[in-house]
Amino acid sequence: MAIHIIDRRLNPGGKSLENRQRFLRRAKSLVQGAVKKTSQERDIKDVLEGGEVTIPLDGMHEPRFRREGGTRDMVLPGNKKFVEGDYLPRSGQGSAKDSGPGEGDSEDAFRFVLSRDEFVDLFLDDLELPDLAKRKIAETESEGIQRAGYTTSGSPANISVSRTVQLALARRIALRRPRKSEMDELEARIAECDDEAERADLAAQLERLKAKAKRIPFIDPLDIRYRRFEAVPRPVAQAVMFCLMDVSGSMSEHMKDLAKRFYMLLYVFLKRRYKHVEIVFIRHTDHAEEVDEQTFFYGPASGGTLVSSALQAMSDIVRERFNPADWNIYAAQASDGDNSYSDGELAGMLLTEKILPVCQFFAYLEVGESGGSAFDLSDSALWSLYERLRNSGAPLSMRKVSERSEIFPVFHDLFQRRETQEKVAP
Amino acid sequence: MTDTSGRLFEGADWDFRTLQRIHDACEEVACGELGLEVYPNQIEVITAEQMLDAYSSVGMPLFYKHWSFGKHFAFHEASYRKGLMGLAYEIVINSSPCISYLMEENTATMQALVIAHAAFGHNHFFKNNYLFKQWTDADGILDYLEFAKNYVASCEERYGRAEVERTLDAAHALMSHGIDRYPGKKKLDLRAEEKRAGRRRQHEEEVFNDLWRTTVPTGPAKSRSLLSIERRRKLLGLPQENLLYFLEKSAPRLAPWQRELLRIVRHIAQYFYPQSQTKVMNEGTATYVHYRIMTRLHEQGRISDGNFLEFLQSHTNVVFQPEFDDPRFSGFNPYALGFAMMQDIERIVTRPEAEDREWFPDIAGRNDVMGVLRDVWANYRDESFVGQFLSPRLMRHLRMFHLHDDPEERAGIRVDAIHDERGFRRVRRELARQHDVGFIDANIEVVDVDLAGDRRLILHHHVVKGSQLNETDAKRVLQHLADLWTYDVTMIEVDANDKVLREYVMSPRPVTVAA
Repeated sequence: MAIHIIDRRLNPGGKSLENRQRFLRRAKSLVQGAVKKTSQERDIKDVLEGGEVTIPLDGMHEPRFRREGGTRDMVLPGNKKFVEGDYLPRSGQGSAKDSGPGEGDSEDAFRFVLSRDEFVDLFLDDLELPDLAKRKIAETESEGIQRAGYTTSGSPANISVSRTVQLALARRIALRRPRKSEMDELEARIAECDDEAERADLAAQLERLKAKAKRIPFIDPLDIRYRRFEAVPRPVAQAVMFCLMDVSGSMSEHMKDLAKRFYMLLYVFLKRRYKHVEIVFIRHTDHAEEVDEQTFFYGPASGGTLVSSALQAMSDIVRERFNPADWNIYAAQASDGDNSYSDGELAGMLLTEKILPVCQFFAYLEVGESGGSAFDLSDSALWSLYERLRNSGAPLSMRKVSERSEIFPVFHDLFQRRETQEKVAP
Repeated sequence: MTDTSGRLFEGADWDFRTLQRIHDACEEVACGELGLEVYPNQIEVITAEQMLDAYSSVGMPLFYKHWSFGKHFAFHEASYRKGLMGLAYEIVINSSPCISYLMEENTATMQALVIAHAAFGHNHFFKNNYLFKQWTDADGILDYLEFAKNYVASCEERYGRAEVERTLDAAHALMSHGIDRYPGKKKLDLRAEEKRAGRRRQHEEEVFNDLWRTTVPTGPAKSRSLLSIERRRKLLGLPQENLLYFLEKSAPRLAPWQRELLRIVRHIAQYFYPQSQTKVMNEGTATYVHYRIMTRLHEQGRISDGNFLEFLQSHTNVVFQPEFDDPRFSGFNPYALGFAMMQDIERIVTRPEAEDREWFPDIAGRNDVMGVLRDVWANYRDESFVGQFLSPRLMRHLRMFHLHDDPEERAGIRVDAIHDERGFRRVRRELARQHDVGFIDANIEVVDVDLAGDRRLILHHHVVKGSQLNETDAKRVLQHLADLWTYDVTMIEVDANDKVLREYVMSPRPVTVAA
């Protein structure tokens, strides 16, 4: 009998992918809720990791007519001591644990694993980059070239041989240019032919063919094609993120932790949008320095507070290493709001003239102690400075945060998809 | 022992030539010595991921798209990854050619076991059992699934995914009540189904003329109240227990494509109907066949002693039956019960005792084991198989007893019968009943439609032994039913004395205004 053995292992996988996507789309709000809840429990570093989520099965339930209750009869194996007419106590788990209702109830919470991409997608689903297209289109893109068909004129270096020969062949066929083989055949017949008249006739034919072949060139200038290239704007696929933080004595661990969480979210978010994201950490007291991540968050430092020093440092680094034509620049500044009074003017000037013009986005996050009562008092020095700048039209985003749980809402608020864009643009 | 043909394989490794050799050797035993008759085999080697894929679409190689399959996939995947669940060694599809999926990580012995089990055991059962012959069309099923998949996809394109999903959700909820239980006029021909759907659509497009809709006055309908109840019931084919069929034919406001979707779901439910009725027999047959084949191959020296021991271990795991007080117990294991009964029949046929001669005069001592078994495999389902062939000896061996749990009874659960002379018949009858779909599924039927009034659909659930429907689920299913019917739906639960126990009324959700 015929038998077929088929190796299916190499078939493309992911046959269920579409069904899975449908399932996720249907359960979207549930899954999204679960994702947010899961991500709160997690260390923010692991936010990107994907993993198991649990959703209530309610909305995803597939109902069936099921019966329950009533008198039940069952036949079981393994009788050891019962005889007919015995009564078994009903309390507890007893012996009758099979054939029960409640099979469907046992899975009222549904656990499954989300991939990393799915997780982050859902996590950042309703967020978007602020105002990018409108404000910075020139900066976000650079020129690139790509092939764009063929052209009849161009530089000899760009001749497309295959296309040229193809067209020449078509033209020769269309115009019936005699083939070499035809002429060879005629010549052979002339050589063999004995009859004088016929030979003259054949020779005339040959002459005609030769003349025709001469009239119709093998390759005509008409046939020549050049590869055409077109300049296209290419989005810059890299971004740099500046983290500026005040590390003077007034910043507590709690405040740094809030700032860190915000930076991590921003990083995750940018990572989704750009192929390559660099991070520059600049910490400052009364002088600023570029440091690595460890030092940034945990290194001890003390001193006064001069915000302008950090802005100056950032501006220098941008000039040296990150040409705004090639990089999308994002900056987030975290501070408790203290600033030396005399520094205000310099900081404002640096910000409006050097930094904001090259940034896609500049966010100022004012972190406070847990409890947040400080915010009810008057605005801090930095906050009032930035507020003044913003009111005069500077594209700044600013928020105050004092609780860990506020970080995500604030982040969400800054980047949410909105119809009426916050007035960040002049 | 003849060692002439040599070993089929050594160790655990296999390649495609090994599979071919194993198949040929199994075929020799199965068709030659056991006299099995099978569909041509197609063996497909798949990965674990593909096995999970197959799980989520009820084992079929191709299926239409629906979110619920994605849900099952996610669920299986999560439990597989956590190690809560092992995957089956194989999946076999009742089609011609009969497709068996083998997992790539099986050892050579396991592949031999699986080929003997699926490609010959199940295959023979599919081809010869009367239920499968009557209800399924093995030649047409794959084409039909292909058609269903494309049809659903084209509906999604034409009418929108949300609409299609809503219809399918509703149809799935009613799937268990979309089955004809009694053989109808003709055998299902799935290939013709596909052509029929195409023809109908073409016809509709050809004769479409908007003038009919806009110019011909419909006028007042003929006095419907004159229809007598009898006539009305006859016109609608009532009572009708196939709810999907009823909706397909009689729901007033469904679009043609929705009816076709109901039909597809109904056909697929029907295709699986025999499987749910023959779990014990099907697995018992396959297990018995693989045991015979593997033993024979070992006797012939084509399987080494080591590999045979490996086989025996898997086999023993498969036919393990925990006792009722064992934490692993979850009802009768169909493999164990089926295999034990097949072996018991073999014993009765070849070495009967006096008791067997009394209980099974027809087969005791007939000595033609395969003849008897082939006849059993062809002509019984679980319920009748257990009811006829469960022997006192096996009941004693498994120490079966019957419990009767009446919530009214204060004293507790009564032991109604045990494996003794007085109890054999009662235990056997109860076990047979446990395998009877007629008792497993709720008995629900459409009894009437209020044509003169508000077109309310009326269903009855005939309550057996006081077991009523789960309320939340019943409401949800009825909601789906009302959405398809597009008018109110009433379901009444009545007991054997026509006493009304409970009444549900559901109204269609407003979104489902049929186009």
